[in-house]
Amino acid sequence: MAEISWPWQYNFPPFFTIQPHSETRAKQLEAWQQLIAEYMKASKKSTIDIRESQNSPLFHNASINRKLSSEALLTILEDMAKTGRAAPIDKSKNIWEVYWHSLDEWGNMIYSWASNNGLNNSVCTLFELQEGDNTVGEEFHGLDMNILVKALKTLEVKGKCELMEFDDSQGVKFF
Amino acid sequence: MDRFEYIEARLFEGENYIKRDKNVKIYDGDDKTQFVDGEVVLTTHRILWGKPGDIPKGLVCLSLHLFYIFCIEEESGGMFGLGGPKRIILHLGPTIPGKRPGPAVVSPYHFVKFSFKDGIDTAFYKALNEAVSAKAWEKPQQVTASVDLSPSSLTPRPSVAPVNSKIRSGIVGIERSIEEQHRATDQSISVAFQDLKKLMEKAKEMVTISKTISSKIREKQGDISEDDTVRFKSYLMSLGIDDPVTRDAFRSDSEYYMGLAQQISDMMVAVLIECGGIMSLADVWCRVNRARGLELISPEDLLNACKLLQTIDAPMSLRKFPSGACVLQLNSNRDEEIAKSTSQLLEENGFLTPVKLSQIANVSVLLARERLYTTERLGLACRDESIEGLAFYPNLFLKKV
Repeated sequence: MAEISWPWQYNFPPFFTIQPHSETRAKQLEAWQQLIAEYMKASKKSTIDIRESQNSPLFHNASINRKLSSEALLTILEDMAKTGRAAPIDKSKNIWEVYWHSLDEWGNMIYSWASNNGLNNSVCTLFELQEGDNTVGEEFHGLDMNILVKALKTLEVKGKCELMEFDDSQGVKFF
Repeated sequence: MDRFEYIEARLFEGENYIKRDKNVKIYDGDDKTQFVDGEVVLTTHRILWGKPGDIPKGLVCLSLHLFYIFCIEEESGGMFGLGGPKRIILHLGPTIPGKRPGPAVVSPYHFVKFSFKDGIDTAFYKALNEAVSAKAWEKPQQVTASVDLSPSSLTPRPSVAPVNSKIRSGIVGIERSIEEQHRATDQSISVAFQDLKKLMEKAKEMVTISKTISSKIREKQGDISEDDTVRFKSYLMSLGIDDPVTRDAFRSDSEYYMGLAQQISDMMVAVLIECGGIMSLADVWCRVNRARGLELISPEDLLNACKLLQTIDAPMSLRKFPSGACVLQLNSNRDEEIAKSTSQLLEENGFLTPVKLSQIANVSVLLARERLYTTERLGLACRDESIEGLAFYPNLFLKKV
């Protein structure tokens, strides 16, 4: 379990109720999004299952006995989706991917890493990117495979790389 | 009517003639009967009624024993007693078993009326009263007992007073006594309400009279001193009539509501200031009606009148919160002020529930909740909904950072 420094809002009971006042709510949602992103980053997780959210200390502060309800969480995630920082994976919107960097940012990050290491015009497997020795210390090290693929696809659209299929694994060629 | 019996017009032993009168009609309770334009003879024991000329001839006539009568009253003719009283009402005790047959077997009434065409002869009325109170039938008879021990017919006097002789048994007896009780209550209720109605009518009359007099006074201001006017008004006040705005006094409803709105605004200003500028409509209704005393208004009337408060430039207005709660609010009592004071209380207490605020600010829970909602709407509070209920906190989201 990741240890992060909880923001002051986490111990503020109204934080766990979606505020009806629009200005207040904007501030609240922003705080939640920051907290969620930070938490996911620290725990190296990228998906949230709304149905199991209340088991996580992120959404359940036992010390003040407050829980974030599923509906409230859905509201927050939908708001995140508007700014491209989250996306639902299934149609019933139960499982969400959370991007603490947007896919664009991830893509750029990977591309600059590739350029810096002289990997242009060469091929590396996705496993190398994810778990390889070369990427240790990079932010995308250990990144969820699905997100990695999506990030690379944004690069592909820009024509900076090309994804390719091998027999049992995927690779990418940077240009 | 069932207390009357048919009997030949002869005096009993020890019975004496007292008085007579003509042109007498008998009513069974409030109903007319066939017995009109007769002659009445009062004796020490009975009242006899017969067609003119029958009684002196000793023919069969109607007879009512005086012992049935326990109360006599005069019924006034018109409302203002014009022409003097014309009827005597005799309230009668229950029928005594063994009575001779009469014109009616049963009667729903427990009183009869004798109507005198030429007005009641005061001497007759007095004599009747005396005869009833003298109770000649209870006095031991001078005649020797041997003559008249034969029951019923000749002895007018029963051995016991009529009230004590309620010998009724069986279900019929019980039913009758219940029925009788019902009737008595019914009657007393209707009498009571009649009085009330009359009182109200009179009150209206008094108001009109007072109005005309006061307008006259105003016209003749030179002649009558200020003191007299004041004194006259204080008399009216002591009668309990302070010109209440009543519905009938106005032609159209809107005029009525306008008047009512004016009255409410005059009355509630001080009260509202005392209560912190805001009051739920239910409380207002109680206050208004308590002040009016009589001529109460309905909640609907109050609501309609309050809706007109703005049109008459009253210093207060009706306010409907988004939750549906209606309050009367001073115009000076603005949302910003409420929010400010409430947020101060929030700072002092850390957080507040509606109940807690109602205790601190001394307002009803409903109003406390509305105050918190108002504060929230203005961004000075934020809510916390949990299983413990609804609480409000200072809005740190906007304050911090």
